[in-house]
Amino acid sequence: MPGRSSSIASNLNVDRHLAQFREMCRIREFEKAAIAAAEEKLVLGAIHPSIGQEAVAVGVCSNLRRDDIILSTHRGHGHTMAKGADALAMMRELFGRAGGTSQGKGGSMHIADFEVGMLGANGVVAANINIAAGAAHAIKLKREDRVVVCFFGDGAINRGPFLEGLNWAGVFKLPILFVCEDNGFASTTRTQSMTSGDGPAARAEAIGIKAETVDGNDLLAVDEAARELIEVARRGTPRFLLARTYRLTGHTSADTAPYRPQAEVEERWRNDPIANTRKVLAGAGVADADLAAVAAAAEREMKQASETARNTDWPARELAFTDVQDIGDPRERAY
Amino acid sequence: MRRLSYLEASRVAVAEEMERDPLVWAVGEDLGRGGVFGQYKGLAEQFGPDRISDAPISESCIVGAAVGAAMMGTRPIVEMRFSDFALCAVDELVNQAAKARYMFGGQTRVPIVVREPIGMWRSSAAQHSQSLEAWYAHIPGLVVAVPSTPADNRALLKAAIRCDDPVVFMEHKGLWPLEGEVPEGDDVAPFGKARLVREGGDLTIVSWSAAVHTAEQAAGELAGLGIETDLLDLRTLWPWDRDAVLASVEKTGRLLVVHEAVAVAGFGAEIAATVAESCHAALKAPVRRLGAPRVPISYAPPLENEVRVTAEAVVAAARDMTGQ
Repeated sequence: MPGRSSSIASNLNVDRHLAQFREMCRIREFEKAAIAAAEEKLVLGAIHPSIGQEAVAVGVCSNLRRDDIILSTHRGHGHTMAKGADALAMMRELFGRAGGTSQGKGGSMHIADFEVGMLGANGVVAANINIAAGAAHAIKLKREDRVVVCFFGDGAINRGPFLEGLNWAGVFKLPILFVCEDNGFASTTRTQSMTSGDGPAARAEAIGIKAETVDGNDLLAVDEAARELIEVARRGTPRFLLARTYRLTGHTSADTAPYRPQAEVEERWRNDPIANTRKVLAGAGVADADLAAVAAAAEREMKQASETARNTDWPARELAFTDVQDIGDPRERAY
Repeated sequence: MRRLSYLEASRVAVAEEMERDPLVWAVGEDLGRGGVFGQYKGLAEQFGPDRISDAPISESCIVGAAVGAAMMGTRPIVEMRFSDFALCAVDELVNQAAKARYMFGGQTRVPIVVREPIGMWRSSAAQHSQSLEAWYAHIPGLVVAVPSTPADNRALLKAAIRCDDPVVFMEHKGLWPLEGEVPEGDDVAPFGKARLVREGGDLTIVSWSAAVHTAEQAAGELAGLGIETDLLDLRTLWPWDRDAVLASVEKTGRLLVVHEAVAVAGFGAEIAATVAESCHAALKAPVRRLGAPRVPISYAPPLENEVRVTAEAVVAAARDMTGQ
């Protein structure tokens, strides 16, 4: 059951959805460029592409203000870009170069841009749920008009912070929207095979957080659901959005995902959220040439970002010793 | 000066810092009614339930939420009740709080104080008695404070609350009723400066937390035997006052480290190794460590006492080292 889907409304906001389409294309092209660079051993470590999940990132984040907050997962490029981070700075971070969002000290798995309210991807599954609850707690203590969105995957619902963080948000009535991106896989294992009960939405409801389920490959449906839920959450009633989607790549860019049949993947590619959005916009009268131009511009931008990143210097070596802590500075007694 | 217990001194520190900075707040189980040991008694009435906040029994969320709230500009004091319970939140402390500033390239700070009472206390047995300070001294990004006196509990806790990095603040449960003189003014202790408890030329004893008092008693007995001790209370383990320790050992030629924690891979090993590396020529005797044997802590008092470092053991070690 994919959940709530959009009905093609006659009063379609073409400008809004075109901008969202553009952002989805940028995310897709960013990750394609990053994967290509990883194959060249220029992007290092592990990268976790979100190809196929772009409608969730964009549909949710386009309902946020610049000073609203998001927290993300190891699969966080899309969320970060959708919240407004600079793609070149992100690309430099993936290449481990100077001028990266985290000065080359975090890489893909710790992508973050506090300037745009993106408080970090996290290398530990579900760890961001508690931190997000705390960010919302601070907003409440400071009586600010902001909201937190916490993205996590279906695998995260089997870790303790899912229970603790959702309960915390409910107890303290925090301005937070939990977004579970159900892409079917917990690392390289089908999540359902390792999950008892009725899954993420049922668990959220059991903790007292009202949940809505949406087709995560339907941009308009995500956009509409997120708008409604964020409005409620902003007033201090936590909400939960389950977005059903599919991870079109492996767990990492190096994972060929032999644990799933090729036919399944091919079928899922026919439900590519970017192609779906393109169809909706074409149906609303946007010229195919215009849509193609948007996609081509995104591709050019990200190829250029990759080119620039590979020609950027490494970070200065002394950065290995900075930002550890103020007192007990390791530069004094490194060894 | 006023006379306060170690516990009252901590309450005074929290109240003073909360008065001083409206962004300071405390969160933990049972804080509304004063905390499990009464360290927060009266503070909920004074500051309200939002700033002295109860929490569900969710250790990982207590620390994790504090990390998020700190990133958003508040300064949470986190109460863990027992350092043993804080092990439910090791990811939040070690992977999140200690790493965020570094791995995000300096974009954020995590000014949290995680209060983790340590130590043997009234037959609390294996899961309520541990002294795990060495674990956190090992982690880049954390400050580790281990106060031994009421004055230091106030001054170090105030410093911890003002610190822009995460601080693991380990009070010893056995010291709660200990009374002592506490200054009135805005007394904030520097991290990484040892306190010279007693001065002497024959032997250096380095200690911290409750073991300082054991060592002090032993030093008194040693003086009666003509052995004069430089007794250093480290007060913080990261940063630790390497300069004071090395200078003292250069003078005395003998180092004995005394701590309650398990000796194996305890922080005493770091001190012993540093002294061995830096003061070899000055040493008149092999360095010695006194700590607990590597066994869990028992319930029955005679068994609990088996693993305790006693003043007698300190005296015996010192006599052996000085040949007297």
